[in-house]
Amino acid sequence: MDKFRMIFQFFQSNQESFMNGICGIMALASTQMYSAFDFNCPCLPHYNLAYGLGILLVPPFILFLLGFVLNNNISMLAEEWRRPQGQRGKDPDVLRYMFCSMAQRAMIAPAVWVSVTLLDGKCITCAFCTSVPVETLGNASHPHLSQGEIQRVLARIPCKEIYNGQQLIANEVAVRYLRCISQALGWCFVLLMTTLAFLVRSLRPCFSQAAFLKSRYWSHYIDIERKLFDETCAEHARSFAKVCIQQFFEGMSRDLVAAHCHLPRKAPADAGEAAEKLLGITDQGTMNMALKSWHRCKPPLHLHPPALPTGNGWAREGQPPMHPSMPQRETAAYYSWV
Amino acid sequence: MDRFRMILQYFQSSSESIMNGICGLLALASVKMYTSFDFSCPCLPQYNMAYGLGIMFVPPIILFLCGLILNRQSLVMLEEWRRPQGHRKKDLAVIRYMCSSIMQRAMVAPVIWIVVTLLDGKCLICAFSGSVDPEKFVGFANVSMVQVQQLLAKVPCKDNELVRNNTSRKAVSRYLRCWSQALGWSILLILIIAAFLARWLRPCFNQASLLQARHWSNYIDIEQKIFEETCCEHSRLFAHKCILHFFESMRQEIKLHSCSLPGEGEGAEGEEDLLRGITDQNQVNKLLKTWYYEKPPLDVS
Repeated sequence: MDKFRMIFQFFQSNQESFMNGICGIMALASTQMYSAFDFNCPCLPHYNLAYGLGILLVPPFILFLLGFVLNNNISMLAEEWRRPQGQRGKDPDVLRYMFCSMAQRAMIAPAVWVSVTLLDGKCITCAFCTSVPVETLGNASHPHLSQGEIQRVLARIPCKEIYNGQQLIANEVAVRYLRCISQALGWCFVLLMTTLAFLVRSLRPCFSQAAFLKSRYWSHYIDIERKLFDETCAEHARSFAKVCIQQFFEGMSRDLVAAHCHLPRKAPADAGEAAEKLLGITDQGTMNMALKSWHRCKPPLHLHPPALPTGNGWAREGQPPMHPSMPQRETAAYYSWV
Repeated sequence: MDRFRMILQYFQSSSESIMNGICGLLALASVKMYTSFDFSCPCLPQYNMAYGLGIMFVPPIILFLCGLILNRQSLVMLEEWRRPQGHRKKDLAVIRYMCSSIMQRAMVAPVIWIVVTLLDGKCLICAFSGSVDPEKFVGFANVSMVQVQQLLAKVPCKDNELVRNNTSRKAVSRYLRCWSQALGWSILLILIIAAFLARWLRPCFNQASLLQARHWSNYIDIEQKIFEETCCEHSRLFAHKCILHFFESMRQEIKLHSCSLPGEGEGAEGEEDLLRGITDQNQVNKLLKTWYYEKPPLDVS
């Protein structure tokens, strides 16, 4: 548990670390998904190719989109791209940098899936078993088999239990051949991806380092600004809610005083804070009324000095917010216990 | 738990440690990759050699490139190499030192892959089973030329019906494996001797300039890190100020337009500060809309 927390803290230490962490998790998830997936070749002539290539290409596409979805910065990029110019110019370099860095991270899990699939070999064996060169690997001299029959027999290569073409071509030979091709493709794919990554990473300092530093700074700035703005708004909403609710309770207790014609006994100093916190509501009936009023008729989103004493609003639902009149201000100041 | 934390702290203590850690991880990853890779020799005359040598040499290239990519110092070195001179001279000895240390670390994982492959033997058996001299082995001695190539190619596949019961199959397999393991151990021995000599004899040559190069390469690395951290700090403060300015300007606009001063209860000072003069649903909506439609300029002077 502690270990997990430490690793989590390490990754959260900065934004980039965090994104790299998500990237790594998705790559691991993709290998896990592949090993948990129960591959079942249909062993029928036209279905094999569709199934094999589908398993090879559709999950990477899903993982790529998932990589974008899980990346918090995608909404930031979209916002920055679509916002009106206003008083702040838009820098296409920054947008391009943000998009490239997100796309690079999103490409890792799909690349892992494709490599693992190719290195394992089942997909290619399933997809291309009907294209095995029977002349070189087996006995093409099977006169009584038509082309369609041969296709049907070859399509059963991945399914050893129902394979009936041992005289045409040995199952093991065909499987090894297809697997060898698949693994060669897999390693070439991994080599290509690694070379591309290496080139992208090493050519950047040679060509556009200054522009890169600028884009990186401003993209980081936009991210931080958005977070700080959200925090400031959250703080503001909290204070707003606090004052709104205080004013609601004040209004309630004023109404109760007016309605029941007895002043709440201001207990002497030693009762202190507890009495104040009760806000003048000291029995079950009153509390129930307060709760009902809160549910039926929430106060308006308007924090100027409190509303008129007759009815906090629960008797007058749906009324637009009223601006206070002057005399109320003194009352508010008197009852203000903040 | 404590041990794990100590190890993590040790590795994070300096950038050299981090690089050594990454190097070690890649080496472990290379062994794991080899054990989890399902080696299946095609057992066909032309394909065997390509497959066997491919498996022996392509993953090391990939591991080498990974070692270069994952090493932060390679970027630092490239930047130092390509930067304009400016006010600071470039020291080629430092760049050379950084380059050699990066290369050495990147070579560990590929070498481990090659050594493990040779010690295991499957790759070499697959690649060279077609190249052994059939006369040495009884089971293959009196077979025609074409047939013998086919049979030898099938040697790595134990279950193949053609060679399953051929006693010489095991003999060829053992022969090739013996060569493979001998090669593996020899390479390992040579490399360790070379590393040992390099480390031992290094102080005899140019120790002072080596210390200088190491110091300055460390410095460049640290300087870059601190620059990035300072930029982060700066952008945070910049954003904070920008947002405060924005709220202030909104408050002033509201004061101008609505002419109603927010109530000044004595006790409400703390909350008032946080509310920043925005106390109404419409005002909040206006603030949020303005934030989207007209972001403030990047100027907090």
